[in-house]
Amino acid sequence: MNSSGDRPVVDVAFQSSAAVSVAEKVDRAKVLQKLRLGDTIFRHVTRLAAITVLVILSGIIGSLIYGSIPALEKFGFNFLITESWNPVTEQFGAMSPIYGTIMTSLIAMLIAVPVGLFIALFLTELCPMWLRRPIGIAIELLAGIPSIIYGIWGLFVFAPFLQQHVQPFLISAFGDIPVLSTLFAGPPYGIGVLTAGLILAIMVLPFITSISRDVFEAVPPVLKEAAYGLGCTTWEVARYVVLPFTRVGVIGGVMLALGRALGETMAVTFVIGNAHRISGSIMAPGTTISATIANEFTEAVGDIYTSSLITLGLILFVITFIVLAFARLMLMRLNGRLGQ
Amino acid sequence: MKHWTVIAAAGFIAAAAAFAPANAADISGAGASFPYPIYTKWADSYKKETGNGLNYQSIGSGGGIKQIQAKTVTFGATDAPLSGADLDKHGLAQFPAVMGGIVAVVNLDGIKPGELTIDGPTLAKIFLSEIKKWNDPAIQKLNPSAKLPDQAIAIVHRSDGSGTTYNFVYYLSEVSPDFKSKVGVNTSVQWPAGIGAKGNEGVANNVGNTKGSIGYVEYAYALQNKLTHTKMINKSGKTVEPTAEAFQAAAANADWNSQPGYGVILANQPGDASWPMTAATWILVHKKPVDAAATGEALKFFAWAFKNGDKAADELHYVPMPEKVVTSIEASWKKDITDATGKPIF
Repeated sequence: MNSSGDRPVVDVAFQSSAAVSVAEKVDRAKVLQKLRLGDTIFRHVTRLAAITVLVILSGIIGSLIYGSIPALEKFGFNFLITESWNPVTEQFGAMSPIYGTIMTSLIAMLIAVPVGLFIALFLTELCPMWLRRPIGIAIELLAGIPSIIYGIWGLFVFAPFLQQHVQPFLISAFGDIPVLSTLFAGPPYGIGVLTAGLILAIMVLPFITSISRDVFEAVPPVLKEAAYGLGCTTWEVARYVVLPFTRVGVIGGVMLALGRALGETMAVTFVIGNAHRISGSIMAPGTTISATIANEFTEAVGDIYTSSLITLGLILFVITFIVLAFARLMLMRLNGRLGQ
Repeated sequence: MKHWTVIAAAGFIAAAAAFAPANAADISGAGASFPYPIYTKWADSYKKETGNGLNYQSIGSGGGIKQIQAKTVTFGATDAPLSGADLDKHGLAQFPAVMGGIVAVVNLDGIKPGELTIDGPTLAKIFLSEIKKWNDPAIQKLNPSAKLPDQAIAIVHRSDGSGTTYNFVYYLSEVSPDFKSKVGVNTSVQWPAGIGAKGNEGVANNVGNTKGSIGYVEYAYALQNKLTHTKMINKSGKTVEPTAEAFQAAAANADWNSQPGYGVILANQPGDASWPMTAATWILVHKKPVDAAATGEALKFFAWAFKNGDKAADELHYVPMPEKVVTSIEASWKKDITDATGKPIF
């Protein structure tokens, strides 16, 4: 078609192409229309999928709110600040499950965030090649273990170990230090808030590690090489190049982990002790929102009891929402500072 | 990978197709988890003999009551009996199916199963955390020869709502007005102290692990986990061991007709041989069921179980209903449970 310089041929070619182009135009219009139709369908399908999420989410919120009306009408705001949870007199308060949920997640994050980041840094910066895969796979396997297994392991293996070896040591070690002595006050039951927090730390570790590792690997080598070229130590490269470059991803991983820690049910139920009490000691038994629901929903008879449990679910929903919103806000502020 | 998916899918469809017709004729029930092992064992033998299956979901007593009220199952099962008013309100008939015994279990160095004796008021005080040490005079008085340690009592209770808890706290409330006013009776209660463990197995495990602990479990779990059960002093002031005979004695001495729907709690029954913490579990069916045929099948199943299920119950450490009670139950079916035309179903 494109043989310039040979006039007659061009003409013929031009003419023929002109003749073809009429037919082709119709054809092309058809094709285009078909494509447009395909595009429209595709757009609607994706939109429908997106809307489904919104519908499901609002459905869940709606039914949680609807279900919690009887309890909220009866107890009002006091529901949040009452510690008593008495199915016999139908006096319910969410304070101890809320405390337990936040406390266990806090312990889990205090341990899992630094350890997870260190593992990810080791894997990406320091680990010899042959060791990377085994450690990486081990971390991913941790994520694949069902939570009931963590619960059973926690109850049968981990809790007795803590009870016999770790907790007596903690009690005697911190016995004379003012604040810590309350925090680690005995008796060593083996199960309790601390045990639940430790199990959660192990459970959320893979989330933090694998996401951090992926984002650390995405750091352009040239940045790191430049820093090393300036004579930076590995720690300085990690602290001033890798972490700032990847903090959005890292925070994302941490929030995902926190989300799992807040909502984890089975493993926590096994090892937390399930007592509706707030105690100064983190070795004392407590309860979390999800553990309370899992324990009591099946046998909850009566409207107020059931409704109180649903209200707990609503509170957990709100807590998770606040955590996510807070994470977003933090990311926005970080990005804003970066812009200046 | 793809192959496996296809094979798995084909297998699933084949399995579904194979089970679908069988399921259609199954008796459906839901509720209490305490009798779940025996119901499924009975169902297994029943299916071998008659070809009719039973689909029992152990979703908890609360769930069982809700499901039968909503008529989604043919029968519901509950560990805490419904009151006469509740039964009338929803047009339900209630009868006990099987019984079990609850025992207090302890973990004390040097104390073997059955060596420690406790009475109801002392047990209530322990669970109220008013008796805090094992060498408390109240416990020592009941066991003059035992060497009790100067050790704190660690209380283990159920964290999930359960019929075991209901029957246990019912007994403690019967013998201790103090316990009744401070804790009360329900499938789950606000315990003043201790740790909560999920299920009988959770309590058994925690008591097994914790020195100086006390808990309460179904007798079968105490045996399986080789835990140290205690003897009890019953209402007649006699010291009794938890045995099938002692559970049966409590059932035989109970006045079953004193409550509508045989809703008698077997705790603290009179009689020299009665075990004080005996517990029954109940079945709920509609008096005028929509699907009379299905309810008829369910009643046939329980009639079969009353007649042929004793051995299986013994093996799993449940206690079958006494003959006298069974006769009365079957007479009540004929009287109360009818189809739309008023004809007895059973």
